[in-house]
Amino acid sequence: MSGARVLTLHLGLLVLLFALHFVLPAYHHGNLARIMVLAAYAVGYNILFGYTGLLSLGHALFFAAGMYGLGLMIQHGGATPAPAFMVGVLAGAVVAGLLALLALRTTGVAFMIVTLMFAQAGYLTILYFGEWTRGDEGFVIQQAQRLLWGIDLSQPTARYFAAWALFSTAFLVSLWLVRRPFGRTLIAIRENEERVRMLGYDTHAHKLGAMVISGTIAAAAGAAYGLLFGYAGASFASVQYSIFPLLWVLLGGAGTVLGPFVGTLFMFYLIDLSSGITSAYMLIAGVTLVLLTLFAPQGLVGELRARAFRWLP
Amino acid sequence: MTLLSTRGLSKSFDGLQAVSAVDFDLPQGEIRALIGPNGAGKTTFVGMVCGRIPPSAGQVMFDGQDITSLPAHKRILLGMAYTFQITSVFARLDVSENVALAARRRHPPKKVAVAVDEALARVGLSDRSDEEAGNLSYGHQRLLEIAMGLAQKPRLLILDEPTQGLSEGEIAGFKDLIRDLAKEATILLIEHNMSVVMETADRVSVLDFGVLLAEGTPAEIHANAAVQAAYLGTG
Repeated sequence: MSGARVLTLHLGLLVLLFALHFVLPAYHHGNLARIMVLAAYAVGYNILFGYTGLLSLGHALFFAAGMYGLGLMIQHGGATPAPAFMVGVLAGAVVAGLLALLALRTTGVAFMIVTLMFAQAGYLTILYFGEWTRGDEGFVIQQAQRLLWGIDLSQPTARYFAAWALFSTAFLVSLWLVRRPFGRTLIAIRENEERVRMLGYDTHAHKLGAMVISGTIAAAAGAAYGLLFGYAGASFASVQYSIFPLLWVLLGGAGTVLGPFVGTLFMFYLIDLSSGITSAYMLIAGVTLVLLTLFAPQGLVGELRARAFRWLP
Repeated sequence: MTLLSTRGLSKSFDGLQAVSAVDFDLPQGEIRALIGPNGAGKTTFVGMVCGRIPPSAGQVMFDGQDITSLPAHKRILLGMAYTFQITSVFARLDVSENVALAARRRHPPKKVAVAVDEALARVGLSDRSDEEAGNLSYGHQRLLEIAMGLAQKPRLLILDEPTQGLSEGEIAGFKDLIRDLAKEATILLIEHNMSVVMETADRVSVLDFGVLLAEGTPAEIHANAAVQAAYLGTG
């Protein structure tokens, strides 16, 4: 039965990440906390791009909605982290729903452009309201404002486990979703939307749902990033942060549950290690990416699935 | 009882009249073949019936209900199933998952697996259920299409050129399958293969230049002078 195998493998990764807390040196420990938050963002992105087949270039809007939903509530609303986090997630869900209503009227390249444009509009909005958002410069969320139920989230241990909890949640939601009928239908929409429609499914409603789930997870990651690393800035709403999850997911394997984490980890350490060798580290990163696209076009986990492990979800 | 009827159903594409004012009635339980030369408007006509193509004018009634303004997925839920002219299975998904996608819309979750097995058994693909659909031969992909239609337990099954590209042996098996299916569903069959039409259909409708040219039993149609001139030839 492949169900047990799948569960063992995926829960195994979460156990491994949990255990790594106790053995990793401080530097890598800190890195992994950051990678897990960013990987949660990639997991959200993968639901729309990898499983539903919709290429969004505007996910930074959802990431930033979460980050600023939380940040502004703490900074100007005097909220504690828990309700502020909820506001961030909710902001992301609402923004994703609204954008979905508009953007899903288009497909293909037009969908990419519409999402990109709205994300840019969001970025400019953050700059425009610089009085509250501090624009490009951003604002620091102070240590005293990052106490969650008495736990200081600026401390490495607490931060690591908070990041782990966030990633685990996103990861398990994604695993659960793609094995449910709803998720199976999303995959079918990616493969052949017209056929799905002619099987009696409301494909528009399914895509809308996928985008809201995807945006909500991205927003949770954005809110957590602000909370755990104590900073909210407009650069997280820039187009760069829409491209990152696309790259991570492509590298790791679009439409695989493990892919977003593998891709984020790989890219993070690719840049980290190559910058230790030369100042032209982007060259090394670039060449590696080109090689991967040439020889593993389905991403790392995607290739593994295609060659050996067809049962991977 | 009439399951499907259209009144004045028309479609024009930028001035080209693909289907003109077709009045069509299909009683429940019948196997109806829809024939006509290439470009006669057959696929456009059934496209309007199942909601893929919005009509320019006219009405579609299904089971006594006017469904002209219903979107395709809601018509499917009323009990229509449509199999595509160009094989349109989910090539990268398993054979069983292809059928399960069709079955989930119709059956409660616990019955889906049984419905999938049944549908695959009916078309003789049981032993291929774990294969990727794209690896099946063309003929088997056509059978998979039909299995997907079956799994929806439709009241009206619309088959758009199901035998296109099949071998003689496969076509013989297909004729038996159609007769078997007719016990539980009304069938609207677009078909070019005259032996299939003559041997399976109860009645035949002929479309030519978007106009309903004739309707009758296979024998009547075969003898019809106008049909011969338009389509069958006199040989």
